[in-house]
Amino acid sequence: MSLGVVVFLVMAIVIVLSAWGVVVARNPVRSALSLVINFFTLALLYFGMHIDLLGISQILVYTGLIMMLFLFCILLLNLGAPDTLFEQSLFKRSVAWFIGGVLVLAVASQVIGPLAVADAGPSAPQGFGEAGSVGKALFTGWVYAFEIASVLLLVGIVGSILLAKRRD
Amino acid sequence: MEGVPLYGYILLSALMFAIGTAGVIIKRNPIIIFMCIELMLNAANLSFLAFAKYHTAPLATTALEKWNVHMTGQMAVVFVMAVAAAEVAVGLGIIMAIFRMRHGVDIDEMSAMRG
Amino acid sequence: MLETLAATEPAQGDSVWWALLRIAIMLGFVLAIVPGLIWWERRLLSWFQDRIGPNRVGPFGLLQPIADGVKLFFKEDITPATVDRLLYFLAPAIALFPAFAIWATIPWGPDARLTPIADVDVAILYILAISSLGVYGLFLGGWASNNKYSLLGGLRSAAQMVSYELAMGVALACVILATGSLRLTEVVSMQFEPLWGVVPWMQNWFILTPWGFVAGVIFLITMVAETNRAPFDLPEAESELISGFHTEYSSMKFAVFFMGEYATMLAFSSIFAAVFLGGWSPLPLNWEYLALRANDAGIPWLAGGLTFIGGPIAAPIWMVGKMFGGITFYVWLRATLPRLRYDQLMNLGWKYLLPVAALNFVVVAIWMQFGWFALLGALVVLFLLYVNIVVFLARGRRDGDDEMLTLVNPQAHTEKTIEVSRS
Repeated sequence: MSLGVVVFLVMAIVIVLSAWGVVVARNPVRSALSLVINFFTLALLYFGMHIDLLGISQILVYTGLIMMLFLFCILLLNLGAPDTLFEQSLFKRSVAWFIGGVLVLAVASQVIGPLAVADAGPSAPQGFGEAGSVGKALFTGWVYAFEIASVLLLVGIVGSILLAKRRD
Repeated sequence: MEGVPLYGYILLSALMFAIGTAGVIIKRNPIIIFMCIELMLNAANLSFLAFAKYHTAPLATTALEKWNVHMTGQMAVVFVMAVAAAEVAVGLGIIMAIFRMRHGVDIDEMSAMRG
Repeated sequence: MLETLAATEPAQGDSVWWALLRIAIMLGFVLAIVPGLIWWERRLLSWFQDRIGPNRVGPFGLLQPIADGVKLFFKEDITPATVDRLLYFLAPAIALFPAFAIWATIPWGPDARLTPIADVDVAILYILAISSLGVYGLFLGGWASNNKYSLLGGLRSAAQMVSYELAMGVALACVILATGSLRLTEVVSMQFEPLWGVVPWMQNWFILTPWGFVAGVIFLITMVAETNRAPFDLPEAESELISGFHTEYSSMKFAVFFMGEYATMLAFSSIFAAVFLGGWSPLPLNWEYLALRANDAGIPWLAGGLTFIGGPIAAPIWMVGKMFGGITFYVWLRATLPRLRYDQLMNLGWKYLLPVAALNFVVVAIWMQFGWFALLGALVVLFLLYVNIVVFLARGRRDGDDEMLTLVNPQAHTEKTIEVSRS
């Protein structure tokens, strides 16, 4: 095993365990922290894949802002208190893990065979994840999608302000 | 990370997605369900980026087309991030509004829109 | 991650040993200078208040921080009974991590082998990303303490840092737009060009350009808010929240929070120096050009001196000097301004700084396209910033007088007017 594979395995284990932690943690704050670790490790994984800009965006957007909003809401609603909801339904839980397991098996059975045969290693050219190339692509081929996304964000802002506003 | 095969990333992504799915089914706290949805979105992001890096683009002929094939996956991730940000802002706003109205956050009891 | 950093580095100094040396220099400097900062802050603050300050331990009281450290080290480490143990222990470490990680992309001098640790092509985004992680330590410390005041402090720090992060991001985006690069080393070297492209003997420090001045002022305000320092120290407002998020922390855990705060202050000072104050150049003078002219005039010793001042050996000295200038600015603010009220804090961030920063962004675009023509736009933005701040301060003063409550005493038939401040 090369060093790259070892690093990947370590990161993968951290990612899976922290994702698991999101679901099994009793306390919502612990859940959220587990997700923060997950997103941060994903960003490191992106750095390892030489996708610098999106890795940094992952930290900036997900761990920096989105998870902070989640934690803020959890604390504001005081869901971190010990008397929060207990997840007791054993039946539901077993069904859920069954569905999850089937999902993984289905993907694995379809993916491993063909990809292992066709695998020729990474084909991306040098510097395809750099800020410059991503920015250029964003403002040439994908400029309409970019503008639509900005309108969507604007609508999101207006919507969340309307929702959060107290009507007396 | 040289030497990692493509299916390694895809399997990791599938595992994340499955855990997220299970979380959405099991959990009753809407905020945690929301976080599990974010987990699933990130699983999709990971596979997008893995394919962006490994795709061989057999149909692309010119250099520009080949380049665009590699960019497509990253663009999808950029837009997923934008959508996720908007979604979180609105979704958490809704949860806060519901909480203010009903003083409880059990998702099984939120059935106000059921006729 | 190391792999990526190594891959994006310039070829010079591209080995593990050089990388380790860079990390060692940076860490050693930060760890060694933080006690000095604490001493400097205490002395300066006492001069502001017409006191002497700590002057008993060592010459000029220089050993006072070490004595403080020893004291904190030997104090009893109290863990309250009802805390969330794991997160209570982890929170100081989480607070310290971004304070040191943020140094990775800050350049100190022209020598690429010694600094910065990683010259990545997303350096400015990296700084924003890492500084946004800084809030977790405070937030978790506040939550894990299981104490109402701590929790309030944590909530406040979260709201404050997310709000000011936006204005800071837009202010830095102006610089990114002007330089066309996310590399901090390139941002610095862009400032060594002739001033405004026309004055050959001066350097184009961004603080000297109209848009850069606005962006610099916004960055300066937001960086104080990001580090939770006075007048933005609401998360630890001692008159309201005891000491906010670190109320329950004692001994070394408290010291770690403290150290993280000072390291972050120093980091932001150096970022401000690198982005707006021309990095490692002591004055906005074009040293090479001046040395050339001195040579032409037949004064070789002057030329040599000018080359040395602008050269790689003196560079870290100027950088450290600018960092100390930043810290002095922090202390000056702390000694001068009263703490903002919570609604004032939010208003300043969202209604004043963010719109001005966004407008400034447009001005930069016009400046890039039309050059001098943009001066007009920049003046408009400057005027708006000024009006904004004046209006903001006036509002803060007027708020208390706005609401008069008239109480009528039916027995005495006299009207009393009592001022009720909204709090």
